[in-house]
Amino acid sequence: MSWLAQYNYWVVIVLMMTGFYIVIASGNLVKKLMGLTIFQTSVFILYISMGKVRGGTAPILEPDIDLYSNPLPHVLILTAIVVGIATTALGLALVVRIKESYGTVEEAEIQQKDNDQC
Amino acid sequence: MSVAIAVARTRDLFAATMLTGIYSLLSAGFFVVMDAVDVAFTEAAVGAGISTLLMLTTLKLTGQYESSSRPLQRIALVVISVTAGLLFYGFLDMPIFGDPAAPIHQHVAPRYIQHSAEEVGMPNIVTSVLASYRGYDTFGETVVIFTAGIGVLALLSYVRSREDVSQAALAPMQPHIILRIVSKILIPPILLFALYVQFHGDYGPGGGFQAGVIFAAAIILYAMIFGLDVTLKVVNPAVIQFLAALGVLIYASVGIVSLLSGHAFLDYSVLGHDAVHGQHWGILIVELGVGITVASVMLVIFFNFSSRVDKNQDSHS
Repeated sequence: MSWLAQYNYWVVIVLMMTGFYIVIASGNLVKKLMGLTIFQTSVFILYISMGKVRGGTAPILEPDIDLYSNPLPHVLILTAIVVGIATTALGLALVVRIKESYGTVEEAEIQQKDNDQC
Repeated sequence: MSVAIAVARTRDLFAATMLTGIYSLLSAGFFVVMDAVDVAFTEAAVGAGISTLLMLTTLKLTGQYESSSRPLQRIALVVISVTAGLLFYGFLDMPIFGDPAAPIHQHVAPRYIQHSAEEVGMPNIVTSVLASYRGYDTFGETVVIFTAGIGVLALLSYVRSREDVSQAALAPMQPHIILRIVSKILIPPILLFALYVQFHGDYGPGGGFQAGVIFAAAIILYAMIFGLDVTLKVVNPAVIQFLAALGVLIYASVGIVSLLSGHAFLDYSVLGHDAVHGQHWGILIVELGVGITVASVMLVIFFNFSSRVDKNQDSHS
């Protein structure tokens, strides 16, 4: 039953696909960004869960502990989270500008307005 | 998981935002369970705090409900089933959860765990790897954050005239006396805690990224309760923009100093009288630069979003 022991990956797949579904199926641009955030977090969970060592502890050195989880994914994801919020903010800023010039954030309506113009 | 699915189903974007906040907090819990305390710290501050706030501000500008038509629903379901199947097939070869013999634990990680104590001299391995072994990456990421700040500034920047400021409306939260008093009590400890996280990152979980976000959160709380205009008097936006650039400059100049003294870029060993001491100084300064940039970029982003809200309200009334 090795596939049950890999349950962390199945959680990641479900989360990732939920985020992906929102990005594809939802026409609202803000909702799409929320989907991207969920997708992003699922990747974070994938990395962190790969760094976990059974019986290990947080990678802060203590004299009487000798088994630590892998610190490398922690570093990568730590910076990725902050970069993620910065890029999400940039995306939201774009959405705000789209709303101001089109009056809507629904993809279908934006497409309609573009088609009307030409 | 069920929270994420609820986000997908609801059409009320306000509810969806709140659910993403809860989802972030839960994933911070996951990270603690999986020993990633630094990451959990960041996710709790960023995901549940700043991110939710920005989403809410955007909703205020774009409207709360999405339209009910979802033309691509069927195709989306097909696409995600195929992708999920492929991922499932790919993940079958992955090592089992928590396996100490997994390939990821064989490459550079043992060196970080075994030698960082004598090479860098810090108990928190995450900080040593972040600021010293992988200083280039972190520098790049700081620059990305700075660039995103510039992008938001370019897209949303709005200079208000003097008259707007003098007619400043009462902040929406002003009448709530409990909120006002409680936040007045809370803000100084939050600022102090941010500084603790900043300078204690070598020994416990924490560092520049988390401290920057927490520091910004305190000022954002102030802005939400007492109004943007009052806050902008206390925290001058021009100073904030300058600080965002200054943080990157501090980080880069550490690298230049080590270059000029004949070592590699961001090799901290020249900064102190011996290598480990130099590492201490280098990490302290670099983390300070990261903290300053992150805090000021978060503030720049928040100020620009909320002054957009004010501007739109002015033009409607």
